[in-house]
Amino acid sequence: MTSEPETLLKVRGLCKGFTMHLQGGLRLPVVSDVALAVRQGECVVLGGPSGAGKSSLLKMVYGNYAADAGMIEVLHRGIIVDIARAAPRQILEVRKKSVGYVSQFLSVIPRVSARDLIADVARAWGATEDAAQRDAADMLDRLNIPETLWSLPPATFSGGEQQRVNIARGFMGKHPLLLLDEPTASLDAMNRKVVLDLINEKKTGGVGMLGIFHDPETRAAVADRIVDVTAFSAAA
Amino acid sequence: MNASEPLVRVEGLTHYYGNHLGCRDVGFELYESEVLAVVGESGSGKTTLLNCLSTQIVPTSGKVMYRFRDGHVENLFDMSEAEQRVLLRTDWGFVMQNPRDGLRMGVSAGANVGERLMSVGNRHYGNIRKTALDWLERVEIDPTRIDDSPRTFSGGMQQRLQIARNLVTSPRLVFMDEPTGGLDVSVQARLLDLIRRIVADLGLSIVIVTHDLAVARLLSDRIIVMKNGKIIEQGLTDQVLDDPHQPYTQLLVSSILQVGA
Repeated sequence: MTSEPETLLKVRGLCKGFTMHLQGGLRLPVVSDVALAVRQGECVVLGGPSGAGKSSLLKMVYGNYAADAGMIEVLHRGIIVDIARAAPRQILEVRKKSVGYVSQFLSVIPRVSARDLIADVARAWGATEDAAQRDAADMLDRLNIPETLWSLPPATFSGGEQQRVNIARGFMGKHPLLLLDEPTASLDAMNRKVVLDLINEKKTGGVGMLGIFHDPETRAAVADRIVDVTAFSAAA
Repeated sequence: MNASEPLVRVEGLTHYYGNHLGCRDVGFELYESEVLAVVGESGSGKTTLLNCLSTQIVPTSGKVMYRFRDGHVENLFDMSEAEQRVLLRTDWGFVMQNPRDGLRMGVSAGANVGERLMSVGNRHYGNIRKTALDWLERVEIDPTRIDDSPRTFSGGMQQRLQIARNLVTSPRLVFMDEPTGGLDVSVQARLLDLIRRIVADLGLSIVIVTHDLAVARLLSDRIIVMKNGKIIEQGLTDQVLDDPHQPYTQLLVSSILQVGA
């Protein structure tokens, strides 16, 4: 515990707006001059009302939205990669190894069972087939997905069960940096507690996290720091 | 064998059909194990581009630099037609929209797969049949149908057979032209899932032409948007589809029916 926690993410001068060409070129500014950092073992929560740009910011860090200006530096296998400028295949590498995205809403892959969906992630991180299946079962069990469903593709599940499968997938990886896109929204108290435990376990393991949580109670339970996104308001 | 070098580098590719523009000044790189989707409406030049890349038409100008298995890089259009044909048979596959164009309808399913193996030098009947059986299973065709004519297959089965025929020789690069085009939605989903798994297992490089953005999203790493013969936008697939910048790309994306998203 002697070494200084490493910076996993450093955002500087980040600007973003949308130009809606189908609405006569309407310009929607989102954020400007964003600066923030996430270090190992801390959970930084983005604060501010809806529409402040929290979700866009998270998507830019993942490379899902393009940045207009600025830098998004992530630590990827000991090297700093600027997501704002990286080539597509570099971004895909970073997503595979360094930056994970936890969301309730991921596109469902048809015809793959819930258990295999999660075991696939464990296997991608080096688990043997047996270990991957065991870890997947543990994770599904923790998130209260009934065992009778494990062998079925999540497309057939209820909305809540699908959401929990997506969360399970997100937490199964071993990315050093996780982006949490409202992972607890609309969960019941029991499952919200499970997700809080998962976040705290990641934190103890040195994982850095940048997240959005609307529920104030959850936010207070996980946040080491809150970064108010309205401070970067581009519309001001 | 330097994987950091692109497999294909396209430079200034332009093709005119007489006075009519096919595609203009197209340039991009394709790396090993990368899946590139080319999207755009009918007449945008995407099929012209695919036909130039696969040397089926000679472009008016421009180069397609290809890195061979031994590492040397050559412009495809500096090669003889015979050399191009060898490449198409050994290093490449081409999956057509209509399986009846890509299969030999007069011979059995097994022969359709085996023929490709023979064309790259396999002569042992037992091995060829065994490999053909393996591939039928892989593309989810009942192996007992090996001696049946593809005429007796459904459209989805024919398309899966065409994929087996193309992949059996372990190509490095596969071109696909609207591979799910003529199929029912449920059959499409199964085929897409199959392609997705096989591509990931084999680490193939793919150029897939489609007008269906859902197909591009599911299969591709990178996307090129074409309009009037030119590339107007390109990048990481989910970034281009979720944060499109060009007016035309925004129009394309906004035109998708949101079904159960």
